[in-house]
Amino acid sequence: MTEFTLKDRMAMARQKMPEQEPVERRGNFTEVNLGFTAELAVAEAQRCLMCRRPVCIEGCPVGVQIRDFIGLVAEGDFDGAAKVIKLDNSLPAVCGRVCPQEDQCEGACVLGRKDKPIAIGALERFVADYERLNGIATADAPPVSTGKSVAIVGSGPAGLACATDLARLGHDVTVFEALHVLGGVLSYGIPEFRLPKEIVQAEIIQLEKLGVTFTTNAVIGMIDTLDDLLGEEGFDAIFVGVGAGLPRFPAIPGENLVGVYSANEFLTRVNLMKAYKPDAETPVYDVTGKTVAVFGGGNTAMDAVRTAVRLGAAKASIVYRRSEAEMPARNEEIVHAKHEGVEFRMLANPVEFLGNEEGVLTAMRLQEMELGEPDQSGRQSPVPITGSEWVEDVDMVVVAIGNSPNPLLQKTTPDLEQTRRGTLVADGVTGRTSKHGVFAGGDIVTGGATVILAMGAGRRAAVSINDYLNTGEWEIEPEAPLVG
Amino acid sequence: MFNILEARDLAPGVRYVRVEAPKIARRRKAGQFVIIRATSDGERIPLTIADSNAEEGWIALIVQGVGKATKTLNRLGAGDAIPDVAGPLGMPSRIERFGTVVSIGGGVGTAIAYPSAVALKEAGNQVISIIGGRDSSYVLLEEEMRAVCDEVYPTTDDGSYGYHGFVTDKLTDLIEEGRHLDFVLAIGPIPMMKAVAEVTRPHSIETVVSLNPIMVDGTGMCGGCRVAVGGETKFACVDGPEFDAHLVDFELLAMRNRAYAGFENTRLDEMDQECDRPQLLPVVPGGSA
Ligand SMILES: Cc1cc2nc3c(=O)[nH]c(=O)nc-3n(C[C@H](O)[C@H](O)[C@H](O)COP(=O)(O)OP(=O)(O)OC[C@H]3O[C@@H](n4cnc5c(N)ncnc54)[C@H](O)[C@@H]3O)c2cc1C
Ligand code: FES
Repeated sequence: MTEFTLKDRMAMARQKMPEQEPVERRGNFTEVNLGFTAELAVAEAQRCLMCRRPVCIEGCPVGVQIRDFIGLVAEGDFDGAAKVIKLDNSLPAVCGRVCPQEDQCEGACVLGRKDKPIAIGALERFVADYERLNGIATADAPPVSTGKSVAIVGSGPAGLACATDLARLGHDVTVFEALHVLGGVLSYGIPEFRLPKEIVQAEIIQLEKLGVTFTTNAVIGMIDTLDDLLGEEGFDAIFVGVGAGLPRFPAIPGENLVGVYSANEFLTRVNLMKAYKPDAETPVYDVTGKTVAVFGGGNTAMDAVRTAVRLGAAKASIVYRRSEAEMPARNEEIVHAKHEGVEFRMLANPVEFLGNEEGVLTAMRLQEMELGEPDQSGRQSPVPITGSEWVEDVDMVVVAIGNSPNPLLQKTTPDLEQTRRGTLVADGVTGRTSKHGVFAGGDIVTGGATVILAMGAGRRAAVSINDYLNTGEWEIEPEAPLVG
Repeated sequence: MFNILEARDLAPGVRYVRVEAPKIARRRKAGQFVIIRATSDGERIPLTIADSNAEEGWIALIVQGVGKATKTLNRLGAGDAIPDVAGPLGMPSRIERFGTVVSIGGGVGTAIAYPSAVALKEAGNQVISIIGGRDSSYVLLEEEMRAVCDEVYPTTDDGSYGYHGFVTDKLTDLIEEGRHLDFVLAIGPIPMMKAVAEVTRPHSIETVVSLNPIMVDGTGMCGGCRVAVGGETKFACVDGPEFDAHLVDFELLAMRNRAYAGFENTRLDEMDQECDRPQLLPVVPGGSA
């Protein structure tokens, strides 16, 4: 292998992720990013300075051994690289695609100070895809059973990560999912063009091989309460990873007109129910040649607006009440959306939706905003400019202003302590809740966050569930840092 | 997979479908519903649980074939299976000892009102049942209602059977006769429920209706089922489906339910064409769909 000096490495340019051309991808739902070839991956990995103190790892919420896996990629040992990643991250093909790397590993990378950081996300994705496509991923044989059983409620990243670790430890794991499809937001929220569903499926098949049982159509709280699971169903412990799935609406006149969607509904119809396919049985509002506005500035808003573009909208815009700098979406999504022709309209907010006598949306009344004092999140809060309202025509609106926790489960479990925001109170390290034998993690505890944080919480909870199953001890430090 | 144990016609285009679902049968309460998918790429549709038997492990659904999903379901028979049944969903009916209650069902609505009528009777109420239909073939479950209710009044719009008139005409008669009514539960087409609300409003008779908005997940995740009740937005799948009839915005519900009318028509046309081709659809044992 060629030896590069530090200077050589610093002189190399960051490899660009190959992607579908904007004109082409505007008309399809296949993945935008095409992934590194082996040559590109090796070339990018060779840029790594192999820092003695790899700060990138500190930037990773689950502590993937980034330097080590990149070193193996540089040597062409992709199989070895996959094994290293999998020690800490059970869903690398997903995380390589959807993590906000610029705020995490890549944001910490020292190369980023002068030039462009290592494309860690693209490399992670490459390694995971290589492993999957070459069929190397050998599922571990199901280990000897401990005779203990754990119920996982919710099959999003938190639940899947928790299930993986517990199954590897030999516990009998059953995942209960309310919908008919597994994967949580990975399946119903994030679109095919950003995260192909076959990748999520492949992960689930690995888990089945590990011996995990999946039960779909199981709305816990309705068909079984948590007490039923611990009682008559005989589970020894429960992990709750039900996400934050209750869409918020702006509480303004006209929000119930036909043509006003929550991002969850719009994306569920298109992704989960496949409404983008011409022969789908589930309909979605026909936006062909129409004007669409999406309210919000997060990943959900980007996914919704780019979905509308693909469904044939003539004009699709993001309307956000702060400025672009405050948008929580991943950089890549913002860039991709712009290339696809999405219009970005900052510092604007809806105050009313207007419709015709059929109850169908026809227009929206917007208001201009300005940035004022910083709020709790540290971002400058948007303040309406009085007398700045105007009306414009619109055919479909998608509201992507965030989700609250779904109270379905808590309603039937009064002894599960929750915060005023409706999130579950759980120990930040162990995931223990106020209810004996019940652990929680992911968006249901933090409120809408990220895939990797949910996975991390699932894995930490798995460690503490294992402790609990082995020792039978249940104590929560009242002083422990509580998340929520 | 969920096995269909029995399926038979109740009225033209209306089927009684009994599905094996032991857990749901044990847990469900009157007024709750399930979300089903009839085929592996089918739409998720809500159906109220009309009856159940915990010992035998089944639930019964009454299905009116209006869209493609319900028509597909109605072509299935005993021995067939459907991929998904999720539930029980929604809040159970409010069952209390009110005194004298009127259970009003219009068409298929009668089947949905039936379990609540049974529960209201068991709670010690005097139960009057009004069963409305376009004509005699749509007067459903009369015998079953007679077995549990104190009084049963079938009505038909065309006078072909029972009382000649709308359910609201019969209800008005009862009120005008001076009958003291404490509670009314009305389930049926939107215009019927709205009309019932207008009859009871001036008399301040507590009235509850069961709403049928378009749903997707049925768990509070999408907001597609939103309805306006007393000026507030509610999610019918988790906050309902039963609401105070005097506060419901029925116009909005009717408009929202028309959102995909065009799409449905296209799918139904395609379905009719498929019908002409033999062998494409499963054989329906014992059915005449
Ligand atoms: C459109 C969209 C795009 C996003 N993009 C990104 C991104 O690019 N990068 C990123 O890092 N994050 C992204 N996120 C956020 C990320 O998806 C979430 O933070 C993450 O999925 C949370 O995982 P979770 O396991 O806690 O919950 P979820 O993924 O929400 O999964 C919860 C599961 O529990 C099920 N459930 C709920 N209630 C019950 C019940 N009572 N019984 C049984 N099952 C139940 C739900 O049906 C669901 O399947 C996005 C979110 C959305 C909505
Ligand atoms: S059907 Fe989706 S929230 Fe009610």
